[in-house]
Amino acid sequence: MNKLSFFLGCIAPNRYPGIEAATIKTLDKLGIELEDLKGASCCPAPGVFRSFDKITWLALASRNVTLSEEMGLDILTVCNGCFGSLVDANNIMKEDSKLREEVNKILKEIGHEFKGTIEVRHIIEYLSREVGAEKIKQAVTIPMDLNIALHYGCHLVKPSKERHLGSTENPRFFDELVEATGATSVEYEDKMACCGAGGGARTAVLDTSLRMVVNKLEHMKAAGVDCIIDACPFCHLQFDVGQTEIKKKFDKAYDIPVIHYSQLLGLAMGYTPEELGINQNLIINEEFNKKVERIRGGANE
Amino acid sequence: MSDIIKTSDFDMEFRKEVFEEPGAEKIVLCFNCTGCTSGCPMAEQEPEYNIRKFLRMANLGMKDALLNSPYLWYCTTCYKCQERCPQGVKNVDTLLKIRTIAIDNGIMLDNHRKVSQLVIKSGHAVPINDEAKEKRKDVGLDDTPPTVHKFEDALGEVQKLLKISGFDKLVADKEETS
Repeated sequence: MNKLSFFLGCIAPNRYPGIEAATIKTLDKLGIELEDLKGASCCPAPGVFRSFDKITWLALASRNVTLSEEMGLDILTVCNGCFGSLVDANNIMKEDSKLREEVNKILKEIGHEFKGTIEVRHIIEYLSREVGAEKIKQAVTIPMDLNIALHYGCHLVKPSKERHLGSTENPRFFDELVEATGATSVEYEDKMACCGAGGGARTAVLDTSLRMVVNKLEHMKAAGVDCIIDACPFCHLQFDVGQTEIKKKFDKAYDIPVIHYSQLLGLAMGYTPEELGINQNLIINEEFNKKVERIRGGANE
Repeated sequence: MSDIIKTSDFDMEFRKEVFEEPGAEKIVLCFNCTGCTSGCPMAEQEPEYNIRKFLRMANLGMKDALLNSPYLWYCTTCYKCQERCPQGVKNVDTLLKIRTIAIDNGIMLDNHRKVSQLVIKSGHAVPINDEAKEKRKDVGLDDTPPTVHKFEDALGEVQKLLKISGFDKLVADKEETS
């Protein structure tokens, strides 16, 4: 199936729309059609709403799944949090008949029924499994000769029993997609560490949550990278907004640009940073912008 | 010396409730290898956050101490501990279950209450604002995403769902519930 419904979530459309635009542009070039998942809501955030009330979390996530079931399409997400919520809810609803019955009673009241007919996909997992690095390489017009720090994020690969994406301590599939764009995925200490935002921690205990991202930023800085590549708007926000908060609270400046994989792929396909919303980040690094311009200019000569 | 733990404080009903979560019942198999806490990125920042201790407290039925611990809300759900546990304890899922029991007992952080109320009001935990609308237009998108933000009927469905599940009452301001 080369057609999917596009589940936007909250942070991509409402804070970093460049990720949404980049996803539509780049997947179109790869021959993957996205249809709006009209009327979708918050996924809702897995560690947050599941911490409050499991049935509410499950019912709201299942409503989003049923919207796509009604379209007869698998769901595509560009966010690890949305992926976590929707995959876990989809699996629970398929496997646990008691919970399915309870949730379907609620869904019936609003005109929906969970049937268990579709799958939930994440852009990275989908590109890796269904498209492959080779085909992506062929779609690249400007190899992005950048040294990048790759951040997988947690819910893309964990819990592994639900995700089936192999090693959670040393995965490679995302690195391969990065390298297909011409970039180098630089090894750095504790690469698989969490950004610190999830589980409601950023909302509950901001300073402690930021100390976790400081750790990551220190390791990335030590590796001497041009930018961070992520696959989750919430990690993206934690790195981007987080760096401005860290500057104020801890008087530490890193100025490492933060880019979602869809945006990196967009650059490699010839789109400008403005078309991909990369300039809309809070962290703007002129040296990085010049490097991107040089790569783009070099390719056009 | 640490405080004495009294068996009379153990609440076996609470333990039973925690064990309703699949994988929580495996806590009884824990042999204190400490793989969970030694790999925990939050414990590195805040040693008082100790997932192993929390799960063992749950196994003893230490309801009040557990539900009232401020550190209950520190887990980022990175799942590293759950991946590592040699006994198959679903650490994170169990912690989330304990949190839901705290919420049922009226223990909720104000910021979490605010995020919940945003979802009730707008259908999004992070709703659109004017700045984001401008950003959307700048990258060639419609200023309003095709989510509950654009479709009133869909927002109505979400709000009805949250009423039926009782979520609106669960996260209402404390003044209103009392």
